[in-house]
Formats: sequence, C-alpha cells, structure tokens
Amino acid sequence: MADLTDGRGAVRRRAGARLWLSAGWLTLLVLVAIFAPLIAPQDPLMQDLMLGRLPPFWEAGSEPGFWLGTDSLGRDVLSRIIYGARIALMVALIAGTVTCLVGATLGLLAGFLRGWVDLVISRLIDIWMAFPPVLFSILLVAVLGPGLHSIILAIVLIDWTRFARVVRAEAMGQGAMDYVASARVAGRGRLGTMLREILPNVLPTIVVLLTLEMGIAVIVEAILSFVNLSISTDAPTWGGMIAEGRTSIHQAWWVLVFPLVALFLTVLSFSQLGEGLKDRFDPVLR
Amino acid sequence: MSYLTIRDLEVRLKDGGRLLRRVSLSVAAGEVRGLVGESGAGKSMIGKAILGILPRSVAVTGGEILLDGVDLQGLAPAERRRRIGATCALIPQDPLTALNPSHRVGPQITDRLVDILGWERKRAEARARELLAEVHIPDPERVMRAYPHELSGGMRQRILIASAFAAEPKLIVADEPTTALDVTVQKQILKLIKEMQERHGTALLFVTHDLGVVSKVCQSLTVLYAGMVVEDTDVRSFFRAPGHAYSRALLAATPKYTDPAASLTPVPEAVIAAVRAEVAATDRGAA
Repeated sequence: MADLTDGRGAVRRRAGARLWLSAGWLTLLVLVAIFAPLIAPQDPLMQDLMLGRLPPFWEAGSEPGFWLGTDSLGRDVLSRIIYGARIALMVALIAGTVTCLVGATLGLLAGFLRGWVDLVISRLIDIWMAFPPVLFSILLVAVLGPGLHSIILAIVLIDWTRFARVVRAEAMGQGAMDYVASARVAGRGRLGTMLREILPNVLPTIVVLLTLEMGIAVIVEAILSFVNLSISTDAPTWGGMIAEGRTSIHQAWWVLVFPLVALFLTVLSFSQLGEGLKDRFDPVLR
Repeated sequence: MSYLTIRDLEVRLKDGGRLLRRVSLSVAAGEVRGLVGESGAGKSMIGKAILGILPRSVAVTGGEILLDGVDLQGLAPAERRRRIGATCALIPQDPLTALNPSHRVGPQITDRLVDILGWERKRAEARARELLAEVHIPDPERVMRAYPHELSGGMRQRILIASAFAAEPKLIVADEPTTALDVTVQKQILKLIKEMQERHGTALLFVTHDLGVVSKVCQSLTVLYAGMVVEDTDVRSFFRAPGHAYSRALLAATPKYTDPAASLTPVPEAVIAAVRAEVAATDRGAA
C-alpha cells in the first residue's frame, strides 16, 4: 500500500482498494436488502414446477426474467438471494452488535478491574469455550425453536467469548500504561478511567472484531439454515438454498453456486472491511 | 513543617514479601528531594504509595503518609483520591506511554482541570496554552491540536511537565522523568523541571538512579537499599562525605567522564553483604 505525505509532512495511508471493494459490496448488499421488493424480479416464495431447474440466462433453455435460473421447485434463485440478503444482513447487524456489546463489556470489565471480577469472567470464558460451538448452537436453536430470535441469541451466546478474551487482553495492556496512572492520580474514578482512557484505545480492535463477527454471524446463520434450523423451511436464506442446491448439484449447479458466492463475498467483505477500518482509524497507525 | 511526611511506611506483597521496610522521609514545601537506589530498591514504590497507584498485588501494611499534616491512610478512598488529585501530580517515566494515544494533547491537559477540579473550559484552555509556552513549546495552539504520536519524546515530556503543573500542585512525584530520553534531551528536561519547580515553589520528590541528576536538581536525598532507608541527608554533605558505606560505594560507582576506564567500579561485595545484614536485622526486629 502506498504511503502519501500530506502538507504537514505527516504520513497518510490511502484507504486502499480493499476498503473500497469490501465497503462497496456491503453497501450494494444493504441497498438490495432494503429495496428487495422493488428489485427482485420474481416472488421468492412462488413455486412453479413447470419452471423447475431453469438454467441461468446464458445457458440454453433459460427463461427471461429468471436470470440466475430456478431451483427444483421453480423458485427464482436471484430473487431468493436478494431476499436472503435481508435475513443475512439482519442477523449480521443485530447478532454482531449484541455479541460485541456483551463480549466487549465483560472483557473491558475483566481486563481493567482485574481481581475477582476478572476471575469470574475469565473462568466463565474458559468453561464456555469448552463447548463445541457448532453443536452448541444447533442444540440451542433446537431447544429454543427455530426463528430469527433464536438464531441471534445462539450467535450471541456462542461468540461473546471471542470479544471478551481479546478485549480483556487489550484492556490489561492499556491499563498498565502510564497515562492510566496519571489519570488516577488526577482523581479520575474507576469508571471514568475505563471509559475515557481505556475504551478509546481498545476501540479499533473492537471495530475489527465486530466486522469479523458480522461475517461469522452470516456463516452461523447459513450453517443453521443448512441443517434446517433457521427461520422456516421455505424462507429464502442463503444457507437453506445451499442445502437445497446440494441435493441437485449434478442437475442444477447454479442453485448451489450462486448463494455460495454471495455468502463468500459477504463474509470476505466483512473481514476486509474490518482490517481496512483498523488501518484507517488506529491512532498509532494513522 | 514539611509538606509530605512519611513515617515507618511498610509496603508488602499480598503474599507477605516486604517491599518497603519502615521507610521514613519528608519533603518540605518547595524542597526537591532525590530518592535513589538500585533497580528494585523500592524507589518507585514509594512514589506510587504516596499517589495511591500501587499495583493490585501490593498494599500499604503499616506506617503513615502525611500530606499537609493529614494521614492519607486514614481517609476514605474517595476523599483520599480527591485530596491527592487536588494537591499532587505525577511526572511519569516514559513519555511514550504517559499520554493517551487516542486523545489530542490539549484535552489531555484541560480535561482534568475541567472534569475533576471544576474549571471552566475557556479558563482551562487558556491555562494550558500558558503552560505550554512556559515549558518552551513553540506554537502551543498547534501542539494542543496534535495527537501524541505526532510529537517527539522530548516534546511529550514537556507536555507532561506542563500537565503536572497545571493545577498548581503542592507536591509532584517525578518518577525517573529523564530515563527514557536521550542524553541531550535529558539535560534540557532536567533544567526545565528545575526551572518550573522553582517558579511554582512546588515540593518535588525526584526518583532516579542517577546521582549526577541528584547533584544538579536536588537539595536533599534519601538512599534506599532493598526497601530500607540507608541514608537521609542533604545533597551537599552527601557528595562531600557520604555517611553510609553503601552510599560511599554507590558514589564511587558513578561514571566519571574524565576517566571512563577507571570509573566503572562495582559496589564491593563486602558492602553489599553488610547492607544485606542490616536489612535482615530490621526484618528480625519487625517479626
């Protein structure tokens, strides 16, 4: 990545293609999700067995209006991907944010306050991480019953440790810095020190983790859909589409491949967005 | 009447290990006292105990710290915090980690005045500008808007000194304020600390392991070994005739620029053994 120098002689890093490409794809996805009813060429739930397994538009035998083909029940793949983006993004945003809030708060408290608070939270993390996450989430959703709420809750319950561990370590490191001692001498209370002094320095890490978590949330949702534990069986989710496409991979590869590509690009974009933002907003790298 | 008086201060690790052994010292208003000793002698520990920023694994287990006649140990934590914040300040060792990298320099000086001492923001900002000029920072306006990483180590240490004097404290603890700086900058910073201290009439506890620095800045000094006060004297008589064998050896070990080859004399084994025996004797007395 090229370094540029601004008028004051300070080195300024360019945002880079990585940030723009990932942000571009996610923006497109958000717009598509919001305006899904206007954009989607077909009703994502409409079945028509006469139109089953139509190939995408460039192959022989395709029908106009079904750009990426149809699945075995005749549902339009493109429309289902578009509506699937709604669910994927909703899960990413809500589950990602809630997980971040829960995990980062606990991590910050443990890393800054130390003592018994740290002891309790750290042991909880250790115990929590002993559960295999995928099985744990399947079990949770199976118990809670399928639905958007259950998926989000499952993601939060599985993944808060990811935030808690990293933020705890960062907060511990920052807590040992002299500026924290200076703030304490000046008379700042514990809470004030944590929020004003420590939190801003942990924030770049939290942002990166948050974007990663959004990507992970999309994957977890897809996994749960794949094992049929997502919202409902005919709701258009990427994971559900992949699961259906798997059974007819030899007759209609497009049912599997297109949602997979959407999933892949989205998860990749989330992680790259995080890295790009970190480069841009970390005060020391900036 | 001295501003800071420490009597028989005991600091221990949570597991019982002694870090400070009945340390007593005092700093009069406007006085500069040096606190010297080897690494691990407990110099910084004294400063941290006064300011109430001891690590978690360590606690004051005995003695008293009198600030302007009031025993800090006897106060409720919030009141102690408030009193220390209003009357004391710290010049930390490492200017690279002593400013918060996420905040601009200006607010780091003014926020404490505004949030904790209840100043008006305008007044605090004017005060910060004035102080930055006082520590010879050219263009204070620009520096106040800068982030710490945009400034050099020497600049940052100047800012920390300005910040320490901001609320007109009565006592400043300087914890090896020049150790992390290179030699040419060290000299300027020392001069600056001395200059500021004299102008403001602040009591200064100067933690260092450099006797050369002590001779330039301090009026009195306390020599520590293994958390025990070995000698407590004024600077002039110390350099003329150190009272304790350990002090003499320490002074002899100071590098001399005129004869570098001959000057690296380690403290003799016999002296170490003797001072260790003294430490052991006080431990027996305490137990």
